Amino acid sequence: MASLSNWAARHGHALVSSGGHLARHGFATTLTVIVMALALALPLALDVFVRNVRSATGDFSGALGLSVYLKPQVSEQTARQLQQNLQGHAGVAQVTLITAAQALEQFRAQSGFGAALDELNENPLPNVLAILPTADASSPTQLEALRRAVQAWPEVDAVQLDHDWVVRFDAWLELLRLMLWITAALLGMGVIAVVGNTIRLEINSRNAEIEVTQLVGGSRAFVRRPFLYTGVLYGLMAGTLGCGIVVAARLVLSPSAARLAASYGSSFVLAGPDARELMVCLLAGVVLGWLGAALASARAIARSGPGGA
Amino acid sequence: MIRFERVSKRYPNGREALSDLNFEIADGEMVFLTGRSGAGKSSVLKLIALLERPTRGMVLVNGENTARLPLRRVPMFRRHIGIVLQEHRLLMDRPVFDNVALPLIVADTSFKEIDRRVRAALDQVGLLGKERVAPLELSVGEQQRVGIARAIVSKPPLLVADEPTGNLDATLAAEVMGLFQRFNEFGVTVVVATHDQHLVEASNRRQIMLDEGRVQLAAPAS
Repeated sequence: MASLSNWAARHGHALVSSGGHLARHGFATTLTVIVMALALALPLALDVFVRNVRSATGDFSGALGLSVYLKPQVSEQTARQLQQNLQGHAGVAQVTLITAAQALEQFRAQSGFGAALDELNENPLPNVLAILPTADASSPTQLEALRRAVQAWPEVDAVQLDHDWVVRFDAWLELLRLMLWITAALLGMGVIAVVGNTIRLEINSRNAEIEVTQLVGGSRAFVRRPFLYTGVLYGLMAGTLGCGIVVAARLVLSPSAARLAASYGSSFVLAGPDARELMVCLLAGVVLGWLGAALASARAIARSGPGGA
Repeated sequence: MIRFERVSKRYPNGREALSDLNFEIADGEMVFLTGRSGAGKSSVLKLIALLERPTRGMVLVNGENTARLPLRRVPMFRRHIGIVLQEHRLLMDRPVFDNVALPLIVADTSFKEIDRRVRAALDQVGLLGKERVAPLELSVGEQQRVGIARAIVSKPPLLVADEPTGNLDATLAAEVMGLFQRFNEFGVTVVVATHDQHLVEASNRRQIMLDEGRVQLAAPAS
């Protein structure tokens, strides 16, 4: 028990002395922490951005389908007849009729062109049938076949496949996420390099102390301990600052984003980093800080013994 | 306690510091290593403290063959040896107490025990009450005594000193030598390397005289 509490006391002592050392060298510490924090904040910001884009554009899994634009002269009644016909078509799960009147109402409410629309004598919008395919008929080739079949109907003006742009959009998001990972990996290495170099310089400046400590029987682990704690403290401070930067950036951007969303008639709210993202950022800071310190001290501090200290 | 058997030490620069050296130091003995500078005194102490390993031959310390001791056990091995160097190697940025406490801190001693032992060690070298003083505020002789307190604070069975009086005037040197004799009377094995023949003769202990890396004379001083 006594040795356990001694052990805890030693680690506490190393932690406190590392913290004190960082505090005494405030300016240098601040510079290092800022560089590390920026490197941690960038991937975090990207992650939050991707998440926001996803939520702003909604969940697309239900939106895959065909929009059938009927010719302007086709009446609402004929349109209902066509809706019935389509309902029985193979591979079709659901057909929704958006009448010209409904579409106009919706457009008037969302576009902000209400007054201009009132000037029009007649409704310029056609009736539209929205086709939702069944799950087993949703592949691009099957949808294309359905599109052709419907296109051939005389009442049909145009058939638009929703699929294309969703696929493209998903591909963009995927690319963005991949860039996020690459950025995170590269900046992570940057963090390791910054901590490693800082710790290396500190080890050099405390060489006399290290030699004496090894001379009186200090193990390599003992000598490395304060430097590892220094790395962890750097990481913790940088992680906290990095989270703070992203949270602050969100607060600054929020009103503008809200105004933009409102102008599209959307109630979208710019989300900040969530608890999981903040934890990951902090943890990444700590782990990378420790890793940088471990690498630097492994190289710069030899085992005590012949030839060394 | 210490045995050198046919020990040779050649440094990477090609200089052979020790050649075919044989001697033995018994438990509880106090021995002077003498000889001109460059005769190999420091090399002998470095081999004892495992700062170096012999090129050939065998060095036994505390029953351990130093050639066979794995690196990870070197710290443990060192904790049983008190080392005093000519340049005392104190850490100038921390007070006397912290300097003396270092060997206990690295050995995970409890704070209470550290406090008690550091005071005892400082008392033995006559510096009790100087715990919070910075080493730079002390005289050269006092600094050397802080170094000695650091070497004995963990009560090692073996104390080695390399020219411990090199920077001191005759009075201070005699004082420091008196300290070593006192430790020896308490049962500590003491090995002192020095070129100061006056001190050796005054103490009336065995001396091992080295010349060009060989034992020239191993006899009690007259």
